[in-house]
Amino acid sequence: MQIIKTDVAIIGAGGSGLRAAIEIAENHPNLEIALISKVYPMRSHTVAAEGGAAGVAQDHDSLDNHFNDTVSGGDWLCEQDVVEYFVENAAKQLTQLEHWGCPWSRKEDGSINVRAFGGMKIERTWFAADKSGFHILHTLFQTSIKHPKITRFDEHFCLDLLVEDNKIQGVVILDIAEGEAKLIQAKSVIMATGGAGRVYSYNTNGGIVTGDGMALAYRHGVALRDMEFVQYHPTGLPGTGILMTEGCRGEGGILVNKNGYRYLQDYGLGPEVPVGQTKNKYMELGPRDKLSQCFWQEQQKGNVFKGTRGDYIHLDLRHLGEEKINERLPFIRELAKAYVGVDPVHEPIPVRPTVHYTMGGIETNANTATSLAGLYAIGECASVGLHGANRLGSNSLTELAVFGQLAGQEAANYALNTEHKDVTALQKQAEAIIARTEALLHSKGSEKMADIRLEMGDCMEEGVGIYRTQESMQKTIDKLAELKERYKNIHIADKSSVFNTEFLYAIELGYLLDTAEAMAHSAIKRQESRGSHQRIDGFDKRDDQNFLKHSLAYYQADKAPKIEYSAVTITKSQPAERVYGAASEKPSAEPEQAEAASETINSAQEEV
Amino acid sequence: MTESTISIDILRYRPENDEKPFTQTFEVPYSPDFSVLEALQYIKDHLDSTISFRWSCRMAICGSCGMMVNGVPKLGCKAFLRDYYPNKVSLEPLANFPIERDLVVVMDDFVNKLESIKPYIIPEKEKSLDEGTYQQTPLQMELYKQFSMCINCGLCYAACPQYALDDKFTGPAVLALIARYNRDSRDHGVAERMKIVNQEEGVWGCTFVGYCSVVCPKDVDPAAAIQLLKVESSKDYLIGMFKPD
Repeated sequence: MQIIKTDVAIIGAGGSGLRAAIEIAENHPNLEIALISKVYPMRSHTVAAEGGAAGVAQDHDSLDNHFNDTVSGGDWLCEQDVVEYFVENAAKQLTQLEHWGCPWSRKEDGSINVRAFGGMKIERTWFAADKSGFHILHTLFQTSIKHPKITRFDEHFCLDLLVEDNKIQGVVILDIAEGEAKLIQAKSVIMATGGAGRVYSYNTNGGIVTGDGMALAYRHGVALRDMEFVQYHPTGLPGTGILMTEGCRGEGGILVNKNGYRYLQDYGLGPEVPVGQTKNKYMELGPRDKLSQCFWQEQQKGNVFKGTRGDYIHLDLRHLGEEKINERLPFIRELAKAYVGVDPVHEPIPVRPTVHYTMGGIETNANTATSLAGLYAIGECASVGLHGANRLGSNSLTELAVFGQLAGQEAANYALNTEHKDVTALQKQAEAIIARTEALLHSKGSEKMADIRLEMGDCMEEGVGIYRTQESMQKTIDKLAELKERYKNIHIADKSSVFNTEFLYAIELGYLLDTAEAMAHSAIKRQESRGSHQRIDGFDKRDDQNFLKHSLAYYQADKAPKIEYSAVTITKSQPAERVYGAASEKPSAEPEQAEAASETINSAQEEV
Repeated sequence: MTESTISIDILRYRPENDEKPFTQTFEVPYSPDFSVLEALQYIKDHLDSTISFRWSCRMAICGSCGMMVNGVPKLGCKAFLRDYYPNKVSLEPLANFPIERDLVVVMDDFVNKLESIKPYIIPEKEKSLDEGTYQQTPLQMELYKQFSMCINCGLCYAACPQYALDDKFTGPAVLALIARYNRDSRDHGVAERMKIVNQEEGVWGCTFVGYCSVVCPKDVDPAAAIQLLKVESSKDYLIGMFKPD
């Protein structure tokens, strides 16, 4: 087994991992960095983000506005000190990306342009047409090439973490092409592996988004926080789940049901804003959780279209005109033409909610440190406390830059004050990990992997979807327990060592099942409705008395995870009613009216 | 009614098991909106789990799933069965790259080339973040934007007859990336990159067949980038004659 000594190991080379790597290389040229990814960095799922990155950019906007939008958008489950740090550093870190070459869309005078986004009071979303994530990722990847101290391990799969003396000491990785395991001995480790959207059947995520880092940290005793909060993006293509950016609506696109009616006005998001105009926090510029819930309501009422790939509604961009669509949304046009045969210049696009983002993740403090000494976590795999119960679109690309930079500093400082331990104990651990891995490869099971994966995705959609009940969640929990048992008897036909993707899928499926279990168990214990976690079994209101707190899921091997809770940090925004549309204009001195508006969705629920 | 199917030939090669590549044929249920990638996923899930191919985003942006579809370099996720049915589809690994296994090719040479051309902004002087962003008008951005759209899928290398003859040739995508940075108003690294451009393996390796631009799934038009660089390179040469460094 090859042993490689480094100072900081980073697992995942998407937006946050690359940003952290560059931060260390720029400021600590003496430190060695191992940047490990199961794909080439530019394949990372950051590449698929479309809409943009939030950071205050206009004179009539303020950090307080961005803070308030984020905290209320998160239904007051955000760590407010973290949000304060985030909004203060957002524009600065987006500027850093600009200096490195990111082609942000510009105004005529050459300054940065911003677009409207859901739940944001003032336009502050920096965008690179509708390929913002693509440009951020390639900019960061190409900039990282400048730094010789960043040693990349492309197409190396992380098998496990090495923990000794209650500190992280490195990782064991598998060279996918060679089939050879390597021990990376590191002083600190940054987890930057992205989300876990692939636990659901219909999602906007790439095939690689399998919760690897979440599951690895979780299995080593680190809590997964707020895992019940899973974001459904309101506009994915039916069947494939391919993302139609919120930027479509930011530019003025509208949502209509099968009767051609803009139904959002019926759910506390109106009054209707005339076609061709946009009004921030109204109608189509409401937050994602609410818009996805509205779709479900319309579905119950029978107001949606029925298609061969499931129910859908229409996202209509026609009134924007060809020129604007080509300038601002060229990728959307390309995708709609290719995948549903619709040219949005001439026809509305069929869309439906699909799983998009995991708000929860590996619990970290405000400085990205986890409870395991030396281990840091950033980006979608982490829960630094930014998104609360519902993420606002365009906050997560900025998160990559802001917390990637911070984690780089923190992990570097930790490494500077730490020595490599004797490698013998780590070697022994690594050998045990490899033996365990080989046992899985050479197991003689009979369970078909594709069946387990499919049943997992379907039971998550059914039980832990847009609306949840005790019964639905319990069914999912039981199903997941069954699938975990069947997984132990999984069939792997391919026993070879060169680029054995079947074997990797099997390991990933194990990561997915553990992550799914943390989600379902966290969800059933939260007896209230907040943000993306909505219940229709008597717990349909927010309950600050009992649940203004984070859930923490702890791994218990073959038993159900242990769910504990921790306090939410509140600095300057006391929990209030979360309202959009006209109700958001009311001063907070009129709580009753605000409450009435916010309950519109719930009362509509009772009609079904 | 029996559901209709489509035949898919796949060039298989597992270095540990197979002496040389061979073709395996699969029958897959036909659906007009099925992509080649979805057909491959069907095969892996239901017919033969040992087949290996790269993929991730399914939406033609991550650049993972380049392969030869009936002899033409394409992204598997953006090639559709409807365009071949009822004829069979033949899938092979990207041409001009060594086969790692099945449809997976060795990308090392391409990645090494990409790393060699200083693909990052080389500023005139360091600009502090307090100074804010650079001014760059839409017209200035227009000069390089198209060349910044490359997803590194490798299709243009599979299409390039020069790269097929001599893999020392820098090749279309990487030359386009040079043009992307050279033409960016924030960059002052032209002189450093022109040394690479001016070499025989640089732009002058290109015989302007233009097939790279035909197969590019993102309309980057690397052939146009190379022509622009040839003009720059010629100017460089002339200036060099009068002002040798």
